[in-house]
Amino acid sequence: MLILTCPNCGIAAEETELSPGGEAHLHRHGPGSSDGEFEEYLFLKENPRGVHFERWRHSHGCGKWFHAARDTATLQVFGTYSAQTTEPPQHIRDAITAARPGWRWRDFS
Amino acid sequence: MAEATTTVTVRDLGAQGMVTLRGDLADETLIKAVRKVTGLTVPGQRGFRRGKSGAVAWMSPDELLLLVPEDKAGSAVADLDRALDGQHHLAVDVSDARAMFAVEGPFAREVLAKCSPADLHPDSLPEGEIRRTRLGQVAAAFWCEGDGIWRVIVFRSVAGYAQALLERSARDGAVGAF
Ligand SMILES: [Zn+2]
Repeated sequence: MLILTCPNCGIAAEETELSPGGEAHLHRHGPGSSDGEFEEYLFLKENPRGVHFERWRHSHGCGKWFHAARDTATLQVFGTYSAQTTEPPQHIRDAITAARPGWRWRDFS
Repeated sequence: MAEATTTVTVRDLGAQGMVTLRGDLADETLIKAVRKVTGLTVPGQRGFRRGKSGAVAWMSPDELLLLVPEDKAGSAVADLDRALDGQHHLAVDVSDARAMFAVEGPFAREVLAKCSPADLHPDSLPEGEIRRTRLGQVAAAFWCEGDGIWRVIVFRSVAGYAQALLERSARDGAVGAF
Protein backbone atom coordinates (compact mmCIF):
# COMPACT_ATOMS: atom_id res chain seq x y z
CA MET A 1 0.00 0.00 0.00
CA LEU A 2 1.21 3.44 -0.96
CA ILE A 3 0.68 6.36 1.43
CA LEU A 4 1.55 9.89 0.28
CA THR A 5 1.26 12.96 2.49
CA CYS A 6 -0.51 15.72 0.59
CA PRO A 7 1.47 18.94 1.07
CA ASN A 8 -1.68 21.01 0.49
CA CYS A 9 -3.79 19.68 3.36
CA GLY A 10 -1.31 17.62 5.40
CA ILE A 11 -3.28 14.38 5.18
CA ALA A 12 -1.36 11.11 4.88
CA ALA A 13 -3.55 9.84 2.06
CA GLU A 14 -3.85 6.19 1.18
CA GLU A 15 -3.51 5.30 -2.51
CA THR A 16 -7.27 4.95 -3.11
CA GLU A 17 -7.81 8.54 -1.96
CA LEU A 18 -5.46 9.72 -4.70
CA SER A 19 -5.48 9.86 -8.49
CA PRO A 20 -2.23 9.29 -10.37
CA GLY A 21 -1.21 12.08 -12.76
CA GLY A 22 1.70 10.46 -14.54
CA GLU A 23 5.31 11.50 -14.85
CA ALA A 24 6.40 14.75 -13.20
CA HIS A 25 8.38 17.69 -14.58
CA LEU A 26 7.53 17.09 -18.23
CA HIS A 27 8.88 19.69 -20.59
CA ARG A 28 5.91 20.58 -22.74
CA HIS A 29 6.59 21.05 -26.43
CA GLY A 30 3.83 22.65 -28.47
CA PRO A 31 3.52 24.72 -31.65
CA GLY A 32 6.89 25.44 -33.24
CA SER A 33 8.60 22.40 -31.76
CA SER A 34 10.21 19.70 -33.85
CA ASP A 35 8.55 16.34 -34.47
CA GLY A 36 11.19 14.74 -32.26
CA GLU A 37 10.51 17.09 -29.35
CA PHE A 38 6.77 16.60 -29.65
CA GLU A 39 7.14 12.83 -29.77
CA GLU A 40 9.38 12.97 -26.71
CA TYR A 41 6.83 15.04 -24.79
CA LEU A 42 3.84 12.98 -25.81
CA PHE A 43 5.09 9.41 -25.78
CA LEU A 44 8.58 8.90 -24.39
CA LYS A 45 8.09 8.57 -20.65
CA GLU A 46 10.41 7.37 -17.95
CA ASN A 47 9.48 3.96 -16.56
CA PRO A 48 12.23 3.25 -14.05
CA ARG A 49 12.65 0.48 -11.56
CA GLY A 50 13.66 2.66 -8.65
CA VAL A 51 13.64 6.42 -8.09
CA HIS A 52 10.74 8.11 -9.86
CA PHE A 53 8.99 11.48 -9.84
CA GLU A 54 5.23 11.65 -10.28
CA ARG A 55 2.24 13.96 -10.18
CA TRP A 56 -0.67 12.98 -7.97
CA ARG A 57 -4.02 14.58 -7.20
CA HIS A 58 -5.66 14.35 -3.78
CA SER A 59 -8.97 13.60 -5.47
CA HIS A 60 -10.81 12.08 -2.49
CA GLY A 61 -9.64 14.93 -0.28
CA CYS A 62 -8.65 18.55 -0.82
CA GLY A 63 -8.69 18.10 -4.60
CA LYS A 64 -5.26 19.63 -5.14
CA TRP A 65 -2.30 18.43 -7.19
CA PHE A 66 1.15 17.73 -5.77
CA HIS A 67 4.43 16.02 -6.64
CA ALA A 68 5.84 12.84 -5.13
CA ALA A 69 9.27 11.21 -5.25
CA ARG A 70 9.29 7.50 -4.56
CA ASP A 71 10.86 4.17 -5.41
CA THR A 72 8.66 2.23 -7.83
CA ALA A 73 10.04 -1.12 -6.68
CA THR A 74 9.97 -0.76 -2.90
CA LEU A 75 7.26 1.94 -2.63
CA GLN A 76 9.59 3.89 -0.33
CA VAL A 77 8.45 7.50 -0.41
CA PHE A 78 11.27 10.07 -0.39
CA GLY A 79 8.93 12.99 -0.05
CA THR A 80 6.05 15.01 -1.49
CA TYR A 81 6.21 18.63 -2.59
CA SER A 82 4.32 21.48 -4.21
CA ALA A 83 2.89 21.15 -7.71
CA GLN A 84 4.03 24.72 -8.41
CA THR A 85 7.60 23.86 -9.36
CA THR A 86 9.40 22.59 -12.44
CA GLU A 87 12.02 20.57 -10.58
CA PRO A 88 12.38 18.63 -7.33
CA PRO A 89 13.47 20.89 -4.43
CA GLN A 90 16.85 20.35 -2.78
CA HIS A 91 15.49 18.70 0.40
CA ILE A 92 13.78 16.05 -1.73
CA ARG A 93 16.98 15.41 -3.71
CA ASP A 94 18.90 15.13 -0.44
CA ALA A 95 16.40 12.62 0.92
CA ILE A 96 16.81 10.48 -2.19
CA THR A 97 20.60 10.74 -2.08
CA ALA A 98 20.56 9.57 1.55
CA ALA A 99 18.66 6.42 0.56
CA ARG A 100 19.93 5.87 -3.02
CA PRO A 101 23.43 7.36 -3.40
CA GLY A 102 24.31 8.11 -7.01
CA TRP A 103 20.69 8.17 -8.24
CA ARG A 104 19.84 9.72 -11.62
CA TRP A 105 16.48 10.58 -13.19
CA ARG A 106 16.44 12.39 -16.52
CA ASP A 107 18.50 15.56 -15.91
CA PHE A 108 18.20 15.40 -12.13
CA SER A 109 20.61 13.79 -9.70
CA MET B 1 -33.95 -0.54 26.57
CA ALA B 2 -30.30 -1.47 26.82
CA GLU B 3 -30.42 -1.62 23.01
CA ALA B 4 -30.62 2.18 22.65
CA THR B 5 -27.27 2.81 24.27
CA THR B 6 -25.44 0.16 22.28
CA THR B 7 -26.55 1.07 18.77
CA VAL B 8 -25.43 3.71 16.33
CA THR B 9 -28.12 5.53 14.38
CA VAL B 10 -27.86 7.03 10.90
CA ARG B 11 -30.20 9.93 10.25
CA ASP B 12 -30.70 12.05 7.14
CA LEU B 13 -30.66 15.62 8.45
CA GLY B 14 -32.73 16.93 5.55
CA ALA B 15 -32.37 20.42 4.17
CA GLN B 16 -29.16 22.15 5.23
CA GLY B 17 -27.88 25.40 3.81
CA MET B 18 -24.36 24.95 2.37
CA VAL B 19 -22.22 27.55 0.64
CA THR B 20 -18.89 26.88 -1.02
CA LEU B 21 -16.55 29.84 -0.80
CA ARG B 22 -13.29 29.91 -2.72
CA GLY B 23 -10.70 32.64 -2.53
CA ASP B 24 -7.66 33.78 -0.55
CA LEU B 25 -8.43 32.49 2.96
CA ALA B 26 -5.86 34.85 4.50
CA ASP B 27 -7.47 37.93 2.96
CA GLU B 28 -8.89 40.38 5.54
CA THR B 29 -11.99 41.18 3.48
CA LEU B 30 -12.81 37.50 3.06
CA ILE B 31 -12.28 36.80 6.75
CA LYS B 32 -14.59 39.69 7.63
CA ALA B 33 -17.23 38.50 5.14
CA VAL B 34 -17.18 34.96 6.60
CA ARG B 35 -17.59 36.40 10.09
CA LYS B 36 -20.56 38.47 8.95
CA VAL B 37 -22.31 35.44 7.42
CA THR B 38 -21.51 32.80 10.06
CA GLY B 39 -20.31 34.72 13.11
CA LEU B 40 -17.11 32.66 12.94
CA THR B 41 -13.46 33.18 12.12
CA VAL B 42 -11.81 31.21 9.32
CA PRO B 43 -10.39 27.94 10.71
CA GLY B 44 -6.85 26.77 10.02
CA GLN B 45 -5.87 23.72 7.95
CA ARG B 46 -8.63 21.03 8.15
CA GLY B 47 -10.37 22.95 10.93
CA PHE B 48 -14.10 22.87 11.66
CA ARG B 49 -15.87 25.53 13.72
CA ARG B 50 -19.49 25.68 14.80
CA GLY B 51 -21.26 28.75 16.14
CA LYS B 52 -24.80 29.56 17.15
CA SER B 53 -26.28 29.77 13.67
CA GLY B 54 -23.72 28.19 11.41
CA ALA B 55 -20.42 26.45 10.90
CA VAL B 56 -17.26 26.82 8.82
CA ALA B 57 -15.15 23.96 7.48
CA TRP B 58 -11.69 24.20 5.87
CA MET B 59 -11.94 22.19 2.65
CA SER B 60 -8.68 23.05 0.89
CA PRO B 61 -6.08 25.85 0.90
CA ASP B 62 -8.49 28.07 -1.05
CA GLU B 63 -11.91 26.65 -0.18
CA LEU B 64 -14.32 26.84 2.75
CA LEU B 65 -17.70 25.22 3.27
CA LEU B 66 -20.13 27.40 5.20
CA LEU B 67 -23.09 25.75 6.90
CA VAL B 68 -25.99 28.14 7.36
CA PRO B 69 -29.73 27.75 8.02
CA GLU B 70 -31.46 26.36 4.94
CA ASP B 71 -33.35 29.60 4.19
CA LYS B 72 -30.18 31.71 4.56
CA ALA B 73 -27.99 30.11 1.86
CA GLY B 74 -29.17 32.50 -0.87
CA SER B 75 -28.65 35.63 1.22
CA ALA B 76 -25.27 34.31 2.41
CA VAL B 77 -24.07 34.05 -1.20
CA ALA B 78 -25.39 37.57 -1.90
CA ASP B 79 -23.63 38.93 1.20
CA LEU B 80 -20.34 37.24 0.24
CA ASP B 81 -20.53 38.45 -3.37
CA ARG B 82 -21.22 42.00 -2.21
CA ALA B 83 -18.38 41.99 0.33
CA LEU B 84 -15.90 40.45 -2.14
CA ASP B 85 -17.03 42.43 -5.17
CA GLY B 86 -14.11 43.09 -7.52
CA GLN B 87 -11.78 40.56 -5.98
CA HIS B 88 -11.03 37.02 -7.09
CA HIS B 89 -13.51 34.70 -5.35
CA LEU B 90 -16.34 32.24 -5.89
CA ALA B 91 -19.43 31.84 -3.69
CA VAL B 92 -22.01 29.20 -4.64
CA ASP B 93 -25.10 27.81 -2.95
CA VAL B 94 -24.47 24.04 -3.01
CA SER B 95 -27.25 23.08 -0.57
CA ASP B 96 -29.12 20.98 -3.14
CA ALA B 97 -25.95 19.23 -4.31
CA ARG B 98 -25.18 17.66 -0.94
CA ALA B 99 -26.80 15.49 1.69
CA MET B 100 -25.91 15.53 5.37
CA PHE B 101 -26.23 12.68 7.86
CA ALA B 102 -25.99 12.38 11.61
CA VAL B 103 -24.16 9.23 12.72
CA GLU B 104 -24.60 8.97 16.46
CA GLY B 105 -23.93 6.37 19.11
CA PRO B 106 -21.13 4.94 21.24
CA PHE B 107 -19.15 3.42 18.35
CA ALA B 108 -20.03 6.01 15.66
CA ARG B 109 -16.30 6.53 15.03
CA GLU B 110 -15.94 2.85 14.13
CA VAL B 111 -19.00 2.91 11.87
CA LEU B 112 -17.14 5.46 9.73
CA ALA B 113 -13.72 3.86 10.11
CA LYS B 114 -15.01 0.58 8.67
CA CYS B 115 -16.06 2.33 5.45
CA SER B 116 -13.08 4.61 4.93
CA PRO B 117 -9.31 4.45 4.39
CA ALA B 118 -8.94 7.51 6.67
CA ASP B 119 -7.14 7.22 10.00
CA LEU B 120 -9.99 7.76 12.46
CA HIS B 121 -8.00 7.32 15.64
CA PRO B 122 -9.02 10.13 18.04
CA ASP B 123 -5.43 11.43 17.97
CA SER B 124 -5.49 11.64 14.17
CA LEU B 125 -9.01 12.99 13.78
CA PRO B 126 -9.99 14.93 16.90
CA GLU B 127 -13.07 17.04 17.45
CA GLY B 128 -12.79 20.32 15.55
CA GLU B 129 -11.21 18.77 12.47
CA ILE B 130 -12.90 17.79 9.21
CA ARG B 131 -11.72 14.84 7.11
CA ARG B 132 -12.40 14.69 3.41
CA THR B 133 -12.01 11.14 2.17
CA ARG B 134 -13.88 8.20 0.71
CA LEU B 135 -16.81 6.25 2.18
CA GLY B 136 -17.00 2.97 0.30
CA GLN B 137 -17.03 4.06 -3.32
CA VAL B 138 -17.97 7.73 -2.92
CA ALA B 139 -16.37 10.98 -1.81
CA ALA B 140 -17.37 12.17 1.65
CA ALA B 141 -16.45 14.57 4.42
CA PHE B 142 -17.07 13.99 8.11
CA TRP B 143 -16.28 15.46 11.49
CA CYS B 144 -16.92 14.86 15.18
CA GLU B 145 -19.05 17.28 17.19
CA GLY B 146 -18.79 15.54 20.55
CA ASP B 147 -18.54 12.09 22.06
CA GLY B 148 -20.26 9.71 19.63
CA ILE B 149 -21.71 12.56 17.57
CA TRP B 150 -20.64 12.71 13.91
CA ARG B 151 -21.79 14.57 10.84
CA VAL B 152 -21.27 13.26 7.30
CA ILE B 153 -21.62 15.11 4.00
CA VAL B 154 -21.83 13.39 0.61
CA PHE B 155 -23.06 14.36 -2.84
CA ARG B 156 -26.85 14.09 -2.93
CA SER B 157 -26.72 11.86 -6.01
CA VAL B 158 -25.06 9.14 -3.90
CA ALA B 159 -26.92 9.81 -0.63
CA GLY B 160 -28.91 6.57 -0.87
CA TYR B 161 -25.74 4.53 -1.26
CA ALA B 162 -24.00 6.35 1.60
CA GLN B 163 -26.96 5.90 3.94
CA ALA B 164 -27.26 2.19 3.17
CA LEU B 165 -23.50 1.75 3.67
CA LEU B 166 -23.49 3.55 7.02
CA GLU B 167 -26.61 1.72 8.25
CA ARG B 168 -25.06 -1.62 7.34
CA SER B 169 -21.83 -0.67 9.10
CA ALA B 170 -23.82 0.41 12.18
CA ARG B 171 -25.88 -2.80 12.18
CA ASP B 172 -22.72 -4.91 12.08
CA GLY B 173 -21.74 -3.43 15.43
CA ALA B 174 -18.57 -2.32 17.14
CA VAL B 175 -15.13 -3.68 16.31
CA GLY B 176 -13.38 -2.46 19.42
CA ALA B 177 -10.53 -0.79 17.56
CA PHE B 178 -10.73 2.55 19.36
ZN1 LIG C 1 -4.79 17.22 0.17
